Amino acid sequence: MSTITLTTEHVFKRIKERFEGSINHAYEPWGLLTIGIDYTKNYELLSFLRDEEDLQFNFLTDLCGVHWPNDKEKFEVVYHLHSLVNNFRLRIKARIPGEVPHIKSVVKLFPTANWMERETYDFFGIHFDGHPDLRRILNVDEMVIFPLRKEYPLEDNVRTDKKDEMFGR
Amino acid sequence: MSTDTKHIQLQQDSIEKETITLNIGPTHPATHGVFQNICEIDGEKILKADSTIGYIHRAFEKIAEHRTFYQVTPLTDRLNYCSAPINNMGWHMTVEKLLGIQVPKRAQYLRVIIMELARIADHLICNSILGVDTGAFSGFLYMMQQREKIYEIWEEVCGARLTTNIGRAGGLERDFNDTAFQKLETFLKEFPKAFKEFEGLLVNNRIFIDRTRGALPVTPEFALSYGFTGPNLRASGVDYDVRVLSPYSSYQDFDFIIPVGTKGDTYDRFMVRNEEIWQSLSIIKQALEKLPEGPYYADAPEYYLPTKPEVYHQMESLIYHFKIVYGEIDAPKGEVFHSVEGANGELGFYLISDGGRSAYRLHFRRPCFIYYQAFTEMVKGALLSDAIIGLSSLNVIAGELDA
Amino acid sequence: MSSIAIPKPKLVEAPDGLMGPGYFATRLDKVIGYARQYSIWPLPFATSCCGIEFMATMGTHYDFSRFGTERLSFSPRQADLLMVMGTIAKKMGPVLKQVYEQMSEPRWVMAVGACASSGGIFDSYSVLQGIDHIIPVDVYVPGCAPRPEQIIDGIMRIQDLVRNEPLRRRNSPEYKKLMESYGIKTE
Repeated sequence: MSTITLTTEHVFKRIKERFEGSINHAYEPWGLLTIGIDYTKNYELLSFLRDEEDLQFNFLTDLCGVHWPNDKEKFEVVYHLHSLVNNFRLRIKARIPGEVPHIKSVVKLFPTANWMERETYDFFGIHFDGHPDLRRILNVDEMVIFPLRKEYPLEDNVRTDKKDEMFGR
Repeated sequence: MSTDTKHIQLQQDSIEKETITLNIGPTHPATHGVFQNICEIDGEKILKADSTIGYIHRAFEKIAEHRTFYQVTPLTDRLNYCSAPINNMGWHMTVEKLLGIQVPKRAQYLRVIIMELARIADHLICNSILGVDTGAFSGFLYMMQQREKIYEIWEEVCGARLTTNIGRAGGLERDFNDTAFQKLETFLKEFPKAFKEFEGLLVNNRIFIDRTRGALPVTPEFALSYGFTGPNLRASGVDYDVRVLSPYSSYQDFDFIIPVGTKGDTYDRFMVRNEEIWQSLSIIKQALEKLPEGPYYADAPEYYLPTKPEVYHQMESLIYHFKIVYGEIDAPKGEVFHSVEGANGELGFYLISDGGRSAYRLHFRRPCFIYYQAFTEMVKGALLSDAIIGLSSLNVIAGELDA
Repeated sequence: MSSIAIPKPKLVEAPDGLMGPGYFATRLDKVIGYARQYSIWPLPFATSCCGIEFMATMGTHYDFSRFGTERLSFSPRQADLLMVMGTIAKKMGPVLKQVYEQMSEPRWVMAVGACASSGGIFDSYSVLQGIDHIIPVDVYVPGCAPRPEQIIDGIMRIQDLVRNEPLRRRNSPEYKKLMESYGIKTE
């Protein structure tokens, strides 16, 4: 176990110093510091967090998208970072406006983001600018919809044995 | 076999210099799962590779948005089906974190026993299949027999073999019965002998060592930048284990070591998994010794299904029963991330709840999906035969890969 | 350890026929059916969970080989039986069909598990709702995942079909029509 321990206050202070105007909100649901930032600043922030001596968030645990169809900014990208040296986790969120969302790719910082961004593109149609090879990964290339957006149904209409009245619909 | 073996140098425009494209997969006995690797090879050496995945994409995340919390458990079974209970428990713990349920010690210890059995089962498959890929079939046959013993214990606990659906948010659905404890003890007594025999077949086997040492090595920097976790990361020398760094389900009560490798090659990955099996055995023994008495489920009637006699005789229980089955529980709004040490690495659950009966968004951090992308980089310049056993030792599970 | 009584090896019973001193007369297709029944070469098309149960079936404890299916064929061209185990996604559909087309007649198909039979719990945009949408299936094995005993039972049902199949079935117009309905060419 490491002896250096980061505190939430310290991490937040360090981010605030540098990205004062870009922080939209910050809170701590279930003990995990969550910072919502301006979507244009995602690359700078992640690069700052990775490279600073005292922070060292060098492990991108997870990257995923969320769709909020009723909000003004409909798409969101969520990064889960882990500073393995300090054993500190951090969540970064970026809301993206527009019908065709674009955000900077972080593959250059974390090669592991490559497939995660492809998956997010595949599911939500979020374009990651600067990604080396942005194409569908799990679904067939011919697919035209982005299936995890809320407006698309879960079920496919090929089944003929599923009658609506049997399911109370 | 190392990659620096001297190759015959041919002239640039020689006809023998031409490369060929080899297609491995989507269904190929060597891939142990459905994914395609298109390799450009020069003789036996891989120059370039490209992987295509998604051949069993089942839309877990979309389905989870349409199911109540307890209905998501069967889905998690089918993520990494070699060690389904770890996925189940990880999901239960995520829901418990969201709902703020404190699970009693006994349930936590029993969960640890189940999870460590799952880890053993998973590593057994991976290691014995690695034996098969290098030409030693007997190890596989011995270990399959032992894995059946683990399945028998699970059958006592939950009724199922493979897709277990063990436990509920709030504890377990039933306590271990006497037969389960008996079978567990027999397993603890007999398994080490059988496993030693298996190790004897491979660990010091000259052919196996020559075959696996130096095959697809991974440096720690490379492993971390590509998001490796679990045994594959530890094989390259990074001692990251979720069980130790962010303990869950009382793992802090047990004494165990994190085995690490040095070179991160196929042999190291094999050895790390082997050692983890011994450590898991020790954890199970400790948990059995320290197993406290007490209830096996949390005192949270609004979230934990009441027993059948209670439902038939008590008004409140009947109401709770209906509410839980219909998914009308009062879940708070918010988002939680919880991760457990799956057999292949850090298995994370990112759950966003909008207070409704199902998750607004549920994202699985699947370790296989994240580290498999490094495979095309790893095989560059490697021999084709090394790539096959390297892939086998990475233990990529297609169900987890494709979600 | 107590001694285990070894049962007498059981021979396969002869098909119906006319027997007398020095001769035995029966129909040719019955003899061929008997020969084929216990020499099936299965192609395990394992994609997910059921594939792991197949591994257990094939392993030491359940020993699948006892039922005359010793030789697994990983090439479709030499296989008699296609065992589809696990979810078939839409992306996988064309691959499965191609594998089926590469098999030579006579060929049988067994859908193991709920996913292969009907899509199972995965009624979603990416999963094929049963492989019988693209290839004809002979035996369905229920369960998610089916126990090894169930898979063995499925194999025995296939053996029944193999034994009783008339020799000319694959040339019949009904069979050709069935193949045409799936868009599979027959020679």
